[in-house]
Amino acid sequence: MTEVSLVDLCIVACSEAFRGNGEIVATGVGPVPRLAAGLAKLTHTPELMMTDGEAYLVEQPVPLGPRKYDDRKPAGHLPFSRFFDSAVWSGRRHAMVTPTQLDRFGQINLSYMGGTYQQPKTQMLGVRGFPGNTIYHPNSFFFPAHGPRVFVSQVDMISGVGYNPAKRVPGGNYSAVDLRTIVTNLCVMDFGGPDNAIRVVSLHPGVTFEDVQAATGFELVCADNVTETLLPTSEALEVIASLDPHNIRATVLKDNPPVQRAA
Amino acid sequence: MSLDKRMSAAEIVAQLSDGMTLGIGGWGPRRKPMALVREILRSDLKDLTVVAYGGADVGMLCAAGKVRKLVFAFVSLDAIPLEPWFRKARESGALEVLELDEGMFQWGLKAAAFGLPFLPTRVGLGTDLAELGGLKTVQSPYEDGETLIAMPALKLDAALIHVNRSDWRGNVQVFGPDAYYDEWFAKAAAKAYVSCEELVDRMEDHYPEGAQHNLFERCFVSGVVEMPGGAHPSSMPPHYGWDMKAFKAYADSARDPGDWAQVADRFVGASEADYLESIGGKEAVAALPLPIF
Repeated sequence: MTEVSLVDLCIVACSEAFRGNGEIVATGVGPVPRLAAGLAKLTHTPELMMTDGEAYLVEQPVPLGPRKYDDRKPAGHLPFSRFFDSAVWSGRRHAMVTPTQLDRFGQINLSYMGGTYQQPKTQMLGVRGFPGNTIYHPNSFFFPAHGPRVFVSQVDMISGVGYNPAKRVPGGNYSAVDLRTIVTNLCVMDFGGPDNAIRVVSLHPGVTFEDVQAATGFELVCADNVTETLLPTSEALEVIASLDPHNIRATVLKDNPPVQRAA
Repeated sequence: MSLDKRMSAAEIVAQLSDGMTLGIGGWGPRRKPMALVREILRSDLKDLTVVAYGGADVGMLCAAGKVRKLVFAFVSLDAIPLEPWFRKARESGALEVLELDEGMFQWGLKAAAFGLPFLPTRVGLGTDLAELGGLKTVQSPYEDGETLIAMPALKLDAALIHVNRSDWRGNVQVFGPDAYYDEWFAKAAAKAYVSCEELVDRMEDHYPEGAQHNLFERCFVSGVVEMPGGAHPSSMPPHYGWDMKAFKAYADSARDPGDWAQVADRFVGASEADYLESIGGKEAVAALPLPIF
């Protein structure tokens, strides 16, 4: 059997986050989450809705990268001018994104690091739609380089709602806060530990829980029945290749490694 | 009153004054009224509070020291995710800011449009936005008693918007896949000024079939100016896509030489005619392909 690349395994693991989600907008930001949403729609969860990356809803996921022709076929319209009404504030969306930091409460940051609000040491994008996304609809995450600078005990600027009891005001409605899956180059995690603690549910082949813990800036829970992350099926690999004809996904993980052989 | 709202870009900028709160339509690298922004950059206007879904408009105004306070949810050029001139301004500590979620932002414009002091929302709870931005909460007076963030109205003294077509009276038509929140910038502002790709005398004599694209009514328009290519280097579908080469040169210049005074000529020009000529004319802008995602 030819080598399976780790990024393909990650895409399949990410696509599982969208399984059975129903008629909601699946948003994957970045090549791996976007391919994962497309894979989910073309295989196990055809009812998913998604955009062409701009303003139209498509029933056929749009392949990544430049093409000499525009083969996007709109089936519906979901511009930003309607995005909050239709998708975000109605809870009819599941986004998978890559913030700069994520902490033990699932709080995320993409605003700034270090310094202060008045004078950040490193300015990033700004909070974008993360505060609204995280209080209104499910969210999952993909990180291409699992490390202690990404998984921190406390994010520098809380740009997305997590499960931190200290950040909950009395009378606030947090019932839609729903952090689902974290996929990294090492493992798959969820928020299924005590008090929504982050828990390792599957390890990629050749990776140990100790490896993951060592690369994480806070204490992780190991699921009792932790498994090995499943290898992609040949059908999944074909779908992924069709959605990424330029192999843009090969640039996502450092050195684009193959899946390690199980120890 | 005269319904002929035609003005020059310089006349529009002359309507603005130091310290004003200025809304800028568009979204990141899309549909930005860049020709009007360049006209501001050619003026002495200063101490602005800028309210925008930011792209190079925000970056340039910050780089030129025109901005006292920025109200934003992001500043980005998409393919160049981090807007380098905005970063420089932020990291120097020179900007006062109000950072908002994208949805809260449009909610604040809507509150202003409706003349309300605020609109309630859940968005912001559980994050640092409320504390950092001084946003207060309200309690539902009904049985649920829910605690909500009171998103204050983002009242604008003026808004700048670039549209596809307008007539002399300010009957606009807006095309392209997404108009973002331009409608609400117009309605949140005491006065909205519109630049357009194409200006006609009477819309009904030219494009009556486009009336459904009248995104906001002419009572919200105080001045119009024809500026073909006026969104460059941002995109203006269906007329033209963004100019990623120009964005890259602009972004690179934040590193080298890193001094706006040295590069302003290149990205602003002494006049809009000079600017357009330097990038190959409006024909070159019209030839920029629309991006495919």
